[in-house]
Amino acid sequence: MRVTQGCFSFLPDLTDEQITRQVQYCLEKGFAVNIEFTDDPHPRNTYWEMWGLPMFDLADAAGVMRELADCRRVYGDRYIRISGFDASHGWESVRISFIVNRPANEPGFRLDRQESVGRNLRYATRSYAAQRPEGDRYQSG
Amino acid sequence: MQDTANALLTEPSRDERPASIDLQQEYADVGIAEVLDELDRELVGLKPVKTRIREIAALLLIERLRKRLALTAETPTLHMSFTGNPGTGKTTVALKVAAILHKLGFVRRGQVISVTRDDLVGQYIGHTAPKTKEILKKAMGGVLFIDEAYYLYRPENERDYGQEAIEILLQIMETQREDLVVILAGYGDRMERFFASNPGFRSRIAHHIDFPDYGEDELLAIADIMLHRMNYKFTPAAREAFVRYISLRRTQPLFSNARSIRNALDRMRLRQASRLMADVGRSLQIEDIMSLEAADVLASRVFSRPAAARDA
Repeated sequence: MRVTQGCFSFLPDLTDEQITRQVQYCLEKGFAVNIEFTDDPHPRNTYWEMWGLPMFDLADAAGVMRELADCRRVYGDRYIRISGFDASHGWESVRISFIVNRPANEPGFRLDRQESVGRNLRYATRSYAAQRPEGDRYQSG
Repeated sequence: MQDTANALLTEPSRDERPASIDLQQEYADVGIAEVLDELDRELVGLKPVKTRIREIAALLLIERLRKRLALTAETPTLHMSFTGNPGTGKTTVALKVAAILHKLGFVRRGQVISVTRDDLVGQYIGHTAPKTKEILKKAMGGVLFIDEAYYLYRPENERDYGQEAIEILLQIMETQREDLVVILAGYGDRMERFFASNPGFRSRIAHHIDFPDYGEDELLAIADIMLHRMNYKFTPAAREAFVRYISLRRTQPLFSNARSIRNALDRMRLRQASRLMADVGRSLQIEDIMSLEAADVLASRVFSRPAAARDA
């Protein structure tokens, strides 16, 4: 099951050229561009690991793309996303975030139903991938 | 990633090739004429440098045309080395070169990041690579100007981290030619030794430009321009004294061309200010405040101790 999170996630995966343009847009807007990765695709998993420091003083997207290439070399089997943080007054939040790398095989989620008092149902989603320990969740795929 | 960068740059395929090209139109369109004229106007002397820059600009203009006509797909090597004594205008010319490269589309953003050894080389193991990469990332899409580049290489210390920075630089200079132009600058003889011990650099640098020292009349012209910008002027007597000052100062050690002239002018302004303050009661004309007099020039130690070593 294809994970859809952030911008452009219902489109086909962005090409490197398209990513470059998006990153350049972020830099021109003055956003701090971050590269983040994770192997836990649960939608409530908000805080991913950061690859290096936020990049806010670059003029050209080539620098970010170089970091992304490095990150893919190390964590190519995980989810990688690029986010742009707007530090200007009144925003102070992430303005854009999109997935730039995903595992070859995404097994998806299982829905658990738990019966509780008075015929209530509690729901939980569990990622099949996350049942294995962190670090070797996607290597087989 | 290189493929995408190339894809951004490559222009229409051979089928859409126009029959003839108006070179003059092309020249006017990119707007490098202003930059070249500015270079001629703002910089005194430096004839060989200006000629070389014009040649390079012409080459790049043609290269740009060839790329548009799909006659070539490769980005030419644009890394340069500027050698010359201190104060001969290397940094100023680097800024102009960046503007030209930007207008011709050989660098995408045209910013100039000026660094020295301190910015590239770390203090302990594992510090250098991230530091150098950080600077390189900042310079992507523009020009990286490395002043006094020979300090990167310290042969007397084999565990010096400079070598690490050099290796990263060489790699990027080769693999990301379309993203970044590197300009190395420094004194002629020391750069020569630096290139001799790092042959990798010499072969990756396409243009070696040598900056000559200024002649006495050129230094005087520079002083006039500087004073004019600061809204000062010499009285005729002061000008005469300054001509003598230049010829004396040039023969002394640690003379750094235009920079020495600027420092000398700053000291003369200082003397003029204290001369005016010494006579507080007097009412001043605007002429008095603008003029440097012979006494301001002649008070310099250059005249009293001609042979002594002094600060630049």
